[in-house]
Amino acid sequence: MGALLAQLAIFVVAAFLGFELISRVPSLLHTPLMSATNAIHGIVLVGAVISLAAASDSFTTIVGLIAVVFGAMNVVGGFWVTNRMLSMFRPPVKKVKKRKG
Amino acid sequence: MQVSTFVAYLVAAALFILGIRRLRAPETARSGNTLAAIGMVIALVATIFVANIDEALSGIEILAGVLVGSAIGAVAAQRVQMTAMPQMVAAFNGVGGATAALVALSEFYQAEALGAHPETVVASVGVLLSVVIGTISFSGSIIAFTKLQELALTGSVTFPLQQAVNAIIALVILGLAVDVLLGGIILGPLVSLYLILGASALLGVLFVIPIGGADMPIVISLLNSFTGLAAAASGFVLNNYALIISGTLVGASGTILTREMSSALGRPLRKIIFAGITASATDSGGGDDEERPVNDVSAGAVGEYLSDETEKVVIVPGYGLAVAQAQGPMYDLMETLESQGKEVLFGIHPVAGRMPGHMNVLLTEAGVPYEKLYDLEDINPELEDADAAIVVGANDVVNPAANDPEQDTPISGMPILEVDQADRVIFVKRSLSPGFAGIDNPLFYDTEKTMMLFSDAKQGLQEIVEAVKNG
Repeated sequence: MGALLAQLAIFVVAAFLGFELISRVPSLLHTPLMSATNAIHGIVLVGAVISLAAASDSFTTIVGLIAVVFGAMNVVGGFWVTNRMLSMFRPPVKKVKKRKG
Repeated sequence: MQVSTFVAYLVAAALFILGIRRLRAPETARSGNTLAAIGMVIALVATIFVANIDEALSGIEILAGVLVGSAIGAVAAQRVQMTAMPQMVAAFNGVGGATAALVALSEFYQAEALGAHPETVVASVGVLLSVVIGTISFSGSIIAFTKLQELALTGSVTFPLQQAVNAIIALVILGLAVDVLLGGIILGPLVSLYLILGASALLGVLFVIPIGGADMPIVISLLNSFTGLAAAASGFVLNNYALIISGTLVGASGTILTREMSSALGRPLRKIIFAGITASATDSGGGDDEERPVNDVSAGAVGEYLSDETEKVVIVPGYGLAVAQAQGPMYDLMETLESQGKEVLFGIHPVAGRMPGHMNVLLTEAGVPYEKLYDLEDINPELEDADAAIVVGANDVVNPAANDPEQDTPISGMPILEVDQADRVIFVKRSLSPGFAGIDNPLFYDTEKTMMLFSDAKQGLQEIVEAVKNG
């Protein structure tokens, strides 16, 4: 019971943190930000690894293996593609507010 | 759980949070992504070293699985065209959702069929949430992918009683879930879970098919936060803090991001989700097939006009530009006009190129300076004193029908680039066909103001550049 309460507490705190973390993001960063958080939920790969390690028959082994492959795709592909997008923004990045009309 | 693993998970979570923070500004975004990736490596390494790997075999399986998945992900991410970026994100999101569902399925099977560990109510609820949400995210993402890739189902696909059908499927899932929680008094817990899996996959498909292509970015963002929640639910099943923290973080931030996106586009979320369904009832646009006159011009005429009559030109690039790979000629046109002392600006609609920020990526890649890219709010005042607006391969984002209260269209209420404020509007477009959202543009038929150059974006721009040089 104590463990569950701790998990619920973490869940609530993480949810509030997530809500607060995103605000006033310029629209040109919406896609990269989505793509990066997309890679972060690839953390489920950790779950897939644990699940595959505990697999004890052919069904759980196959399911676990597919999960690990998919999870790794999510993680590596997600971060990679985000990095490619963001590398386009690098050159003369300027912060100065553009002229007035 | 060992203390070292716990600490590693905390460090990973902190890096994810820092990473997301840095992703909010263009200057720090790339380092933010790198920080998050480092966090992921830390969490993964900590897991592999402590996961209960009793046999060498599962160690090899894990390693092989991670390597194969990583290779597929890396190759896909490296080879995908910048224009196909949105569907790539959808695909990666889909496999993530599937992973969460599979993990939960495997855990439930272990407990139920193999008696490997006792099942608890909490674990069962976690399994159910993870399977339902993860599977919806998976099948929904696949539909989003096929729509964006234009393989099938483009536009809004609807059928009678759609919402009623969705509601029935949701009720069936709920009923089966109760059966699972009661230990399978009707069908047996595993059978019920398999049926839930199938029903959720169907629900994901039905949820996305009525939504038109223009709203796909918002749908992908929503499904992204779904996958986060599914990962968190798996975390409750596995008692794993890394999954709970990170999954919840993505679920929550994804919800806010979805809301920010839809408000940037002036499209309330509820309207998007039910838009396709209501639109089919009124059947907007496309009704009259009669020929209406347009001012069809040659590239030479456009070049002459630009060369002789303009001081200030605003270019509005759209998806057609991206498809035709016309960023290069677009850059040439900018240079040529500037060499004649004209001012050239770019107006970038938030969804130009189908996803917020997508067009900025494409144009910066072609070498257009960052500071020439104006967003919606900044460019509309500029358009008022522009001599010409050149719209290349875009329609929806400049369609005044979006602001017409008389018309109920899928893009109604979407803020547009007000190109009709400029003295002349020049469309470079392959045909009169309406855009992605499928709505006719009244500007096409304004023969006083509008010039239509029917051409492939790349070829058309090259010809204009020549004409401007000679003009």
